Amino acid sequence: MNPSFTAEERQFQQQVREFLEAEFPTDIRHKVDNRIRLEKDDYVRWQKILYRKGWVAPNWPVEVGGTGWTAVQKYIFAEEMARIGAPEPVAFGVKMVGPVIFTYGNEEQKKRFLPGILESTVWWCQGYSEPNAGSDLASLKTTAVRDGDHYIVNGTKTWNTLGQYADWIFCLVRTDSGAKKQEGISFLLIDMKTPGIRLSPIYLIDGTPEVNEVHFDNVRVPVENRIGEENQGWTYAKVLLTHERTNIAGVPRSKVRLEKLRELAAKAPDGQGGTLLDDPLFRSRIAEAEIQCLALEYAELRALAAVSVGKAPGPESSILKIVGSELGQTIDTLYMEMAALQSLPYVPEQFSVDFQGEVIGEDGAASTALTYFNNRKASIYGGSNEIQKNIICKAVLGL
Amino acid sequence: MDFSYSEEQQMLQDSVQKFVQRHYAFEDRRGIVASDAGYSAEHWALFAELGWLTVPFAEEDGGFGGLATDLMVLMEEFGHAMVVEPFIPTAVLGGGLLASLGNAAQKEALVTLMEGGLQLAVALYEEQSRYNLANVCTSAQRDGEGYVLSGNKVLVLNGANAERLLVSARTSGDSCDRDGISLFMIDMASAGVYCHGYTTVDGHRAAQVRLDKVRVPASALLGDEGTSFCALEQAIDRAALCVSAEAVGAMDTLLHKTVEYSKTRKQFGITISSFQALQHRMANMFIECQLARSVVLMAAMKLDSDLPDAEKAKAVSAAKSRVGKAIRQVGQEAVQLHGGIGITDELDVGHLFKRVTAIETLFGNTDFHTRRFAAL
Repeated sequence: MNPSFTAEERQFQQQVREFLEAEFPTDIRHKVDNRIRLEKDDYVRWQKILYRKGWVAPNWPVEVGGTGWTAVQKYIFAEEMARIGAPEPVAFGVKMVGPVIFTYGNEEQKKRFLPGILESTVWWCQGYSEPNAGSDLASLKTTAVRDGDHYIVNGTKTWNTLGQYADWIFCLVRTDSGAKKQEGISFLLIDMKTPGIRLSPIYLIDGTPEVNEVHFDNVRVPVENRIGEENQGWTYAKVLLTHERTNIAGVPRSKVRLEKLRELAAKAPDGQGGTLLDDPLFRSRIAEAEIQCLALEYAELRALAAVSVGKAPGPESSILKIVGSELGQTIDTLYMEMAALQSLPYVPEQFSVDFQGEVIGEDGAASTALTYFNNRKASIYGGSNEIQKNIICKAVLGL
Repeated sequence: MDFSYSEEQQMLQDSVQKFVQRHYAFEDRRGIVASDAGYSAEHWALFAELGWLTVPFAEEDGGFGGLATDLMVLMEEFGHAMVVEPFIPTAVLGGGLLASLGNAAQKEALVTLMEGGLQLAVALYEEQSRYNLANVCTSAQRDGEGYVLSGNKVLVLNGANAERLLVSARTSGDSCDRDGISLFMIDMASAGVYCHGYTTVDGHRAAQVRLDKVRVPASALLGDEGTSFCALEQAIDRAALCVSAEAVGAMDTLLHKTVEYSKTRKQFGITISSFQALQHRMANMFIECQLARSVVLMAAMKLDSDLPDAEKAKAVSAAKSRVGKAIRQVGQEAVQLHGGIGITDELDVGHLFKRVTAIETLFGNTDFHTRRFAAL
C-alpha cells in the first residue's frame, strides 16, 4: 500500500502541467476563468491540440489511439486538466460511443468512425432517453424496421445534449417489439444530415437551450451502421453507461472548485467587517464539503486501482456517480450562498465574450444561482441517483 | 388558542384565490415576466381596487389594519401562483417605512400608493454589506438646508419601475455603527441617480443604483437624522415574513404538483408513486411544508402581539431560517422527483424552484437568520 506518487509519476505530472500551461489556448482559458460560455469551436480547437499530443482519449486502448497510461497517470492528467480549467473532451464521442465502437464494432466501423472522434472532425450526440423512457430506459419505443439494406427509424429521443452541434447521433432503437424489452434493442449510428431528422430545442431553467428533442420521421439508416448484433444493443448500452459513470465522480473539478471557494471566501465581506471565512457556520460547511471530497477521492482511487489490475468497472461506479453529483451540487449551494444577493441578477449577456456593458456582481457571483439550477441535472442524468441506488441494492447487496 | 382565519382574512384569501385563478395561469405569468416593466399595470390597478394595497397599513394611516397575519394570508396565495407584481418593494417595504418614519406631509404619499398611483423602491443593501443593514457606506452630507448623497446600492427591488427611492445613508458614525443611519426619500428622476435595471433569476425586477452627489432638500429625510436603523430592521423583518409566507404557498404547489405527477408518470410499467422510496420522500416534503407553515404562523402572530421588539425579531429569524431549510429540501426534491422535465423552462415546477430559492436568499438567508436567532 502506497498512497504517494512515484518519482516517475511526479515527473509525468510536471510534463502534463508544462504542456497544459503552454498549449491550453489563452482565449479559452480567459473564457473559463470569466465564466463565459464556450462555443463549439472552442471545444474542437482544444481537442485537436490534445489529439496532436496524443492525449485526447486516455481511456482508450493504445492500439486504437489511447495513451497506454496507468490508472494513476490518467488520474494525474484529469487533475491537471481541472486545475487549469481545461474542458474535458466532449463525452459523447470519446467517452461514450468510442468505447462501444472499439469494443463491439467491426473493423470497417472502427476505421470509419474512430479517427473522426479522435481528430474531433465529427461531433457526436446521444439518442437514449425518450419522453416515456427515462429511468426505465429499456422501455424505449423508437422503432427501426428493416427495409432491404436499411432500417426505417421512427420515434422521438429527448435530453439530447448539444445535438445542435452534432454531425452524428448514436441511438438505441427497438428492432423486435415481440421480445422481452431488453432483448429487442439495437445500437445504431445515424448521420444527422439524413432526411427526416428534426431537432427541437428544450430550454432549461437557466435559460440555455442545452438539450433537444430529436424527432425521427421515416429516417433511412444503412444496416452497416448497426453496431454488433441486431437486438443485442442493450448489452452494449450498459457497457457505455459504465464507462460514462467511471469518470462521473468529478473529484478533480470539485477539488479545484473548493480551493477557489476558500480563496474567494477569504476575501468576501461577511457584512460585519470580517470575511466570510471567519463565519463559523459557512466555514464548517466548506470543511464538510472538503471532507466529503477527500472520502470520495479515495473511493475513486480504490476503484481506479481495481480497474488497473484488470477488474471491469463495476457497481462501485454507482457510488461515485451518486456522491460525486451530490458533492458538486453542495459546492453549487456554497457558491450561491457566498454570492448571497449578488446571485440573483439574471444577466446572461454579461457572460458572452463580446459583452461591453457594466458587469453586475464580482467574481462571477451572478452566475452562481444559474449554476445551482442547471446542475440539478447531475443527480438526474446518466442514470438518476435513484437508479444508481437500485443498482447497489441489486448488484451489491443482493436485495 | 385559535388559529382559524377571521372573516376578513377569509374574504381576503377568497379574493386573491379568485384573482389568481382568473388572471395568473402559468402562461399569463410568463407574459408578464417578459413584458418591459416586468409587472402588469392592470393587475396593479386591480390590487388597489380590491384594497390589497391597504393591507400593510394601520387603520389610522387609512389602511386595512396592518396585521402581519393578514399579510401572511395574502402572500401565501401570491406564492401559489408566483405573482411578480412589486407588492413587497412598494407596499410592504417602501410603504411600511413611510408609515413608520414619515411625518404627516410625507405620509400623504401613502394615499396615492394605496390607490395604486405610486411605485416605490427601497435601497438598503450594498456590495460589502451582505445582509447587515448597519453596514452603510453610502454617505449623506449636510449641505446648507439639505443633504448630498453618494454611494452604491445593490439589488434594489423594483428599482427601474419606482418613481421614488427610499435609500439608507450614513450621516455620522463608522461603517457598521447602528447609530448614524438615516433614510431619505428621493425622486428617481433626481440629477445624479443612475439606475441599472435587470431581471432576477426568479423573474422579478431589481436594479443597481448609483448615487453621485445627489442633492436633496431637508424634507427628503424620513424620521430623525441618524436614528432609522431599528425601523429598517423592522421593515425588513416584515418583508422576510412576507416572503416566508409566499414560500409556504409556493412549496404547497410544488408538493401538490409532485404528488400529482408521480401518480401519472409511469416507468417500469407502473406509476412512480408506487415506489415506497419515492413515497417517503414526498412524505418528507409534506412534513417540511407543514413545519414551514407552522413556523410562519408563529412569527406572524408574534409580530401582531405586544411582545418586546427583540422577541418579534427572534420569531422572524426562526421563521426565515426554518423556511429556508424547507425550501432547500422541497425545492430540490420536487425537481428530482420530476426528473429532467423538472429543470425545463416549459414547466412551472422549475420556476417555483427558482422563486423559492430566491426567497431563501432575500432579506437574510438561512445562515444569517440562524445566527441572528442565536444572538438575540
